[in-house]
Amino acid sequence: MKHLMSGNEAIARGIYEAGIKVASAYPGTPSTEILENAVRYKDDVYCEWAPNEKVALEVAYGASVAGSRSICTMKLVGVNVAADPMFTAAYNGVNGGFVIVSADDPGFHSSQNEQDNRNYARHAKMALIEPADSQECKDFVRYACEISEQFDVLALFRTTTRINHSKSLVEFGERVQYEAKPYEKNDKKFVCVPAYAREHHRKLEKNLEALAEWGSTCPLNRVEMAGTKVGVISSGVSYQHAKEAFPDDTSFLKLGLTYPIPEKLVRDFASKVDKLYVIEELDPFLEKEIKALGIECEGKALTGLLEELNPSLVAERVLGNPYPTVEVNVKPVGRPPALCPGCPHRGFFYTVSGKKDYIISGDIGCYGLGSSAPLSAIDCVTCMGSSFSMAHGMSKSFEMEGTTVGKKILGILGDSTFFHSGMTGASNIIFNKGNVVPVILDNSITAMTGHQDNPSTGYTLQGETTYSVKIEEVMKALGYKNVIICDPLDLAAMQQAIDDAFASEEASCIITRRPCVLLKRVKHEKAVCRVDADSCRSCRKCLKVGCPAISIRDGKAVIDENQCTGCTVCAQVCPFKAIGKEAR
Amino acid sequence: MAETKSILLAGVGGQGAILISRILTKALVDAGYDVKQCEDHGMAQRGGSVTTQVRFGDKVYAPVFGKGQADIMIALEKMEAVRCASFMKPEGIVVINDYRQDSSLTASGLAEYPEGCVEAMQDKFHTITVKGEEIAAELGNSKCMNVVTFGAACDALGIDGIDWESVIGEVVPEKLRELNIAALRAGREAACRNW
Repeated sequence: MKHLMSGNEAIARGIYEAGIKVASAYPGTPSTEILENAVRYKDDVYCEWAPNEKVALEVAYGASVAGSRSICTMKLVGVNVAADPMFTAAYNGVNGGFVIVSADDPGFHSSQNEQDNRNYARHAKMALIEPADSQECKDFVRYACEISEQFDVLALFRTTTRINHSKSLVEFGERVQYEAKPYEKNDKKFVCVPAYAREHHRKLEKNLEALAEWGSTCPLNRVEMAGTKVGVISSGVSYQHAKEAFPDDTSFLKLGLTYPIPEKLVRDFASKVDKLYVIEELDPFLEKEIKALGIECEGKALTGLLEELNPSLVAERVLGNPYPTVEVNVKPVGRPPALCPGCPHRGFFYTVSGKKDYIISGDIGCYGLGSSAPLSAIDCVTCMGSSFSMAHGMSKSFEMEGTTVGKKILGILGDSTFFHSGMTGASNIIFNKGNVVPVILDNSITAMTGHQDNPSTGYTLQGETTYSVKIEEVMKALGYKNVIICDPLDLAAMQQAIDDAFASEEASCIITRRPCVLLKRVKHEKAVCRVDADSCRSCRKCLKVGCPAISIRDGKAVIDENQCTGCTVCAQVCPFKAIGKEAR
Repeated sequence: MAETKSILLAGVGGQGAILISRILTKALVDAGYDVKQCEDHGMAQRGGSVTTQVRFGDKVYAPVFGKGQADIMIALEKMEAVRCASFMKPEGIVVINDYRQDSSLTASGLAEYPEGCVEAMQDKFHTITVKGEEIAAELGNSKCMNVVTFGAACDALGIDGIDWESVIGEVVPEKLRELNIAALRAGREAACRNW
């Protein structure tokens, strides 16, 4: 029987079937559902959310050193966070098979950049494995473990959004009964002091050579000969796009193990076709490897360096044969994602929005949406945990430039981001006498990725209750004497909290506390806001809160009751008291 | 050999395109087709435009298609239909829920919601329109406008021999079964009047 599964569900099944025993991750689109599904097998696979990707990689690597097969999963930028242990672990090698899933996001579906993490395989000297559908997502996890053990390398399991989030049919297999070798101390292998590390490097280069040799005959790579005129080398979802777009008499070299490049196989395939294309998204990763072998091929000059591909784009750009389309005579207006109706963050952002003296250093999470019009309340966002440290740097710049007067700098991040990498920035502000107010927008969950637990929520991924770390206690311990906690949907209290924080002589921080409106484990009040059309004077002030549920129809404010949760932010800003709250 | 058919579901995050795709893919897999499906997650769910693609045939390669490749579009919101028009094959069929959901830009008055979305599609494509929200509200829950719209589309998919009502019965939870089956029927009837 075949099962229709997303790539992430299939990787989770692959984790089970490969005999993996320990899995750790920090959630991040498009990787999150891997561990959410792997936890179904919690009797056989220990699964946990780590506070960040570096911790996740170290946990999984520790398990490998101890003898188990292990895996960590993360989104593309998470690999940057985890890069430090990854590069050195690659030198040390493994005990049990060790797999790192990098879920890349060509096309920026839900990410701040579209870095091509295949480059990490070359840079950190790891085996690179790229599945092209859900069946391969499942099957290749086991191959990844075996490659890792056989060649003593890390296996970088690289997917893209369309692999993680597309569903295709999967046939299940049995779980491998992998027996961990009894643990024995092996400090020469697992301690990275220079004297040992020199030997690690020498050994790693040899292992990669052997892996390249093996790659030419391995089951992850296959040749599909159909004709001798045109050949395509491809991997991952790009293979599927090319397979659909190219004519039936095109031959394919479909690679699943893409680094180190299987030189013999590539040379042999190239010699059998008159014209060779390399079809890949983002960087010319395969193309450069193939050209470095002295083989002529065409790729990026046609496909381009940006965004993701699809069959239609391959047909247009590579074959010069665009599919016909029809233009309609109406232009749609943009529909950017927005803070949900009832989102607790709206109260904070409305309070600081449009006020020139506030400078808001933002962070990664739902609250990034506070940058969208009409709130437009954020000055900068870079990466997880950057808000506090960048705010501190801005304040030091203003001090040095003598332009501090009239500037109130706030760094903002959420509860999960605080534990991810916000605490270090918060301690730096105290350590180096910063003049900024850190704000933790605590909605009791990791929200943007679909509600995963973190050290403050009191639950583990395996569904057990656990100690709930109190953010206010952490901040107090770091040196914030004045910790102000407020309900962000109470606009007067929110403004007072900010004023008090800046007026205080002591180091101050703010925690806005209200659970995500979508959080199911909390009992939310059932209410709705309604506009009294007679009282509404069409001033449009309520539109400034940026709630998708409010709009103007026939000159009057109307609230879409399908969407409204009765949060009352609009009612609080209405100067004519035309909006009232009613129970549902 | 059955060629790959491509279905585009277009709407706004939270409208329930995912439920329709679950109904569709369940039926297609049970009918023995090769099926691939691709949906938006994460950022786009927060009130943004969302699309879900479903493809089926004897052998499907790409899980996602591009411009000029959709055989049928099921649009849960009328401006989203216009946004996705370029994905359609010129001879493709469009099913539109004649329903307006403001975007954060139109709601806050930063842009005007365009007039004539349905007419613009009717002008260029074979189009079925259905007043999904009105019909759903009459059934007692306007959220089921997604299934009403799917009901209007299901006879235009070109797949015979599927008992959609029993598929819905298997996909939705027990307490919502009756409502969703009624929604499917109402959408189907509305489409008959519309052809």
